[in-house]
Order: sequence, then structure tokens, then C-alpha cells
Amino acid sequence: METITRFLTSPMMIELIWTVAQIFAVIVPLLIAVAYLTLAERRVIGLMQLRKGPNVVGPFGLFQPFADALKLLSKETILPSGASKAVFVIAPMLTFILSLVAWAVIPFGEGMVIADVNVGILYLFAISSLGVYGVIMAGWASNSKYPFLGAMRSAAQMISYEVSLGLVIITVIMAAGSLNLSDIVMAQKDMWFFIPLFPMFVIFFISTLAETNRAPFDLPEGESELVAGYFVEYSSMSFALFFLGEYANMILMSGMTTTLFLGGWLPPFDWPILYLIPGPIWFALKVALVLFVFLWVRATTPRYRYDQLMRLGWKIFLPFTLIFVVLTGGVLLGFGLLPQ
Amino acid sequence: MSSLVAAARSFLLLEIIKGLGLTLKYLFKPKATLNYPYEKGFISPRFRGEHALRRYPNGEERCITCKLCEAICPAQAITIESEPRPDGSRRTTRYDIDMTKCIYCGFCQEACPVDAIVEGPNFEFATETREELYYDKEKLLSNGDRWETEIARNLAADARYR
Repeated sequence: METITRFLTSPMMIELIWTVAQIFAVIVPLLIAVAYLTLAERRVIGLMQLRKGPNVVGPFGLFQPFADALKLLSKETILPSGASKAVFVIAPMLTFILSLVAWAVIPFGEGMVIADVNVGILYLFAISSLGVYGVIMAGWASNSKYPFLGAMRSAAQMISYEVSLGLVIITVIMAAGSLNLSDIVMAQKDMWFFIPLFPMFVIFFISTLAETNRAPFDLPEGESELVAGYFVEYSSMSFALFFLGEYANMILMSGMTTTLFLGGWLPPFDWPILYLIPGPIWFALKVALVLFVFLWVRATTPRYRYDQLMRLGWKIFLPFTLIFVVLTGGVLLGFGLLPQ
Repeated sequence: MSSLVAAARSFLLLEIIKGLGLTLKYLFKPKATLNYPYEKGFISPRFRGEHALRRYPNGEERCITCKLCEAICPAQAITIESEPRPDGSRRTTRYDIDMTKCIYCGFCQEACPVDAIVEGPNFEFATETREELYYDKEKLLSNGDRWETEIARNLAADARYR
């Protein structure tokens, strides 16, 4: 008994429990946010199309996500006979896990971050790049035409837009002088980066749309041509995992946009009274705003054609961001604005 | 020059911003959705819904078995049999409408000389079995009793056009 108590109260164990508690404090609200993002999407797009959207299950339809989850859970999981079983099962898990682990480095407030690593932004970038593997594995393992085509499109698209995403991140790093996300937020104390780097902000946002396979870049799952793209063969909980992963990715990308350009947990003005509202609430508000734009864009734009998508990525965004990286560097150096 | 302007327009995402503005405007517009089982749309007095056989105010059924409705019915959904009643008046012994055949053209109510068979305003008569849609005289008369106020109002509203 005494050894167990000693083991449980050992510093290592306490740290472990503390970390697990922190992880839960991030993951649980995140999953609830994902559930309500699906509802918000249906409501917002419905309203923009002069419909009302789901409003029957519970007050204002607030229990709709849980009804959907229950429905999906009670369905049969189908493993296609031609599928590569192991990969087929792992793919949705991978997508889902990757969309969650990235949250480790996102700062929710002053010092409120699970892992305050110095290369946080590289970690974030690496994880979001890995996201494409879930898609490719799903498309390949399904052993079916539509998923395969969807996965091919998705891979090409994600890689194309990651290039400009990376270059945009470089300009932010130059302006902030750090790879640590908390430091990047603190560097925006006087002015959020979306003002001096406005073109980069727009390009970053459009690239995140492409990165998360959202309209107008939702070619990988283009309903009208590929049925549902790479998750045609998925059903029940494996489908739900893809769905959750996709929406968690949207929230992640909004979090990234918020951290890099919209001043993370900082209030909009540097007034003492605004600091009374805690940082995580500012952060959540900004993320919600960016997510609304995600939905808004989806309700507005038609889908891009594949060649247009590639043209935009390689012929417009890439040269533009490259020039802007040089420009930013030159301005920072020339005017002696380099962060110390 | 014009190509330059076009390039600038696309580069500044002018069209997209315009589109976003439009959708934002629609976000706050009144919605077209009716909350159906609780809200219902307007129905014209001429609406051709579920059939009903009407009665006179004294309770006597209107139908005099002229069989004009049976004759005109393009889907041949109506079946009528008749016999003189003990009091000497001619009345139906059977008046069936196969609602699965009916095409709701409204010819039966046009043909009826005494406004006996009418199509009422009710459109919510879905059933779980096919058999329930083979309406007999009893069902049609009970429909008539149930919907008489609405039917009478609709007939009155439409009377000047007939």
C-alpha cells in the first residue's frame, strides 16, 4: 500500500497526471467544438440559402450533433472485401489523431500551452503536412475508383498549397523573430500581423481552405463527380472519424490563423480593461470568427476546376509569396525593424 | 489596359468579396422555410385534395347516383352501384374510390350536378397500408362530415367562377 502511495505521489507520476489532465482540458472542449461546428455549418449555410437548417432536435436543434453521432455509432462498419484491411482501418484513425495532436503547441493564453516547444510552428506545419497520409491511405486501401481519384487529387492539392503555406509562415517568422508560437503571439502585442502582412493573411487563409479540402477547393470529395471522394467506402464510426478529423482540422487551421495573424489570445486593443476577459476566450472568439468565414466561403463559392486549382497554387500563390518573403525581409532589414 | 484592370480585379478578389457580401445579406433575410407540421402554406379554395361525399344540411346525402363522376373519371378510380331506397329515392349502395388510382384531376367534382363528390382541402391522408387507400362510401361520407365547413367555404369562395 505504501509503495503504491509513494508511486502515485512521485514527481514523475504527478507530472504525468497533470499532463493528462491538460490534454483532457484541451481535447474535450475541442471535440464538443467539432460537434457544434457541424451544426453551425448546417445552420449558417442553411440561413444563407434562405432555409432554417436543423432546428428540431432539442432547443434550436442543439442536440442534432449527438443525434447524428448516435446514428453513426449504431450503423454497421463495412470492410470492403477488396480493401487492404489494416490500412483501411488505420487511415481514419490517423486522420483523427493527427488533427488532435497538433493542438499540443497551440497557446490558448499566457503560458496556457501543453508543450511550449521552441519549434512549435515547425511541429504544427509538420503535423498538418502528415494529414495527407490519412487521405492517401484511405484512398489506396479502399481499392476502388472514386476514393483513389479523390486521394490523388487531395494529395496533389495539399502538397501544392503547403508550399505557399510554408512561405507565408516564413514571413510571419521573420516578422516575429521566433519559432515559438507563444513568442509569435507576444510579438503581435502592438499590432496584429494581419495588418502589415495583409496579402499574406489572405493567401494563408485561402491556402488553409485548400489544405483542409474545404469549398471552393473541395475537389477531393467533390460530391457531384466523385460521390464523396476518398471516404466513399467508409461507413459508421470510421466515417465519423474522418468527419471529425476534417472538422478538427478546420478548427486547427483557424487556430493557426488566429495565432499567426490575429494575435492569438491577445485582446484587439491593448487596453487594460480588455485584459479582464481571459485569453482563452479571446482565442475562442477569434477562432469562431475564422470558422465562420470558412462556412461563409463555402456558402458563397462554387468548386474550382482541377487545373484552376493547380494554376492558382503554383502560378499565382507561389511566386507572390516568394516575392513577399523577399520584400518582407528587405523591409525589415532596410528599416532596421528586425526583431531582436 | 482592360486586361490590366481585369487582372487587378481578380487579384483584389473583388468578385469574391461581392459574392460574400451577397451571402451575408441573405444570412439576415427572412427565411422561406415553413416549419411544416406546425406551419402550413396557403391553400387555394380550388385545391384538389382528399375526396369527400357531402350531405345536405338535413343529413340527407347529396349523391343521386347519376354516375357522371364514374363516367368521366379518366383513371377509372370510381365504382358506383345503386338501388332505389324504400322511400323511392335513388341512392348509392356502393361508392368506392381507389385513391391509389386517382390522379386528382377534379373532373368528378366538375361533373357532379349536386356538388356531392368534392375534393377537399385535406392532403395529409397518407396510410401505412395500400388497403386503407381503397375508400368506400362510409369513409367518403365521414370525410364529408369532417371537412364540411372548409368545403362549404371553399365552394362559396369559388362559386362566382363556376
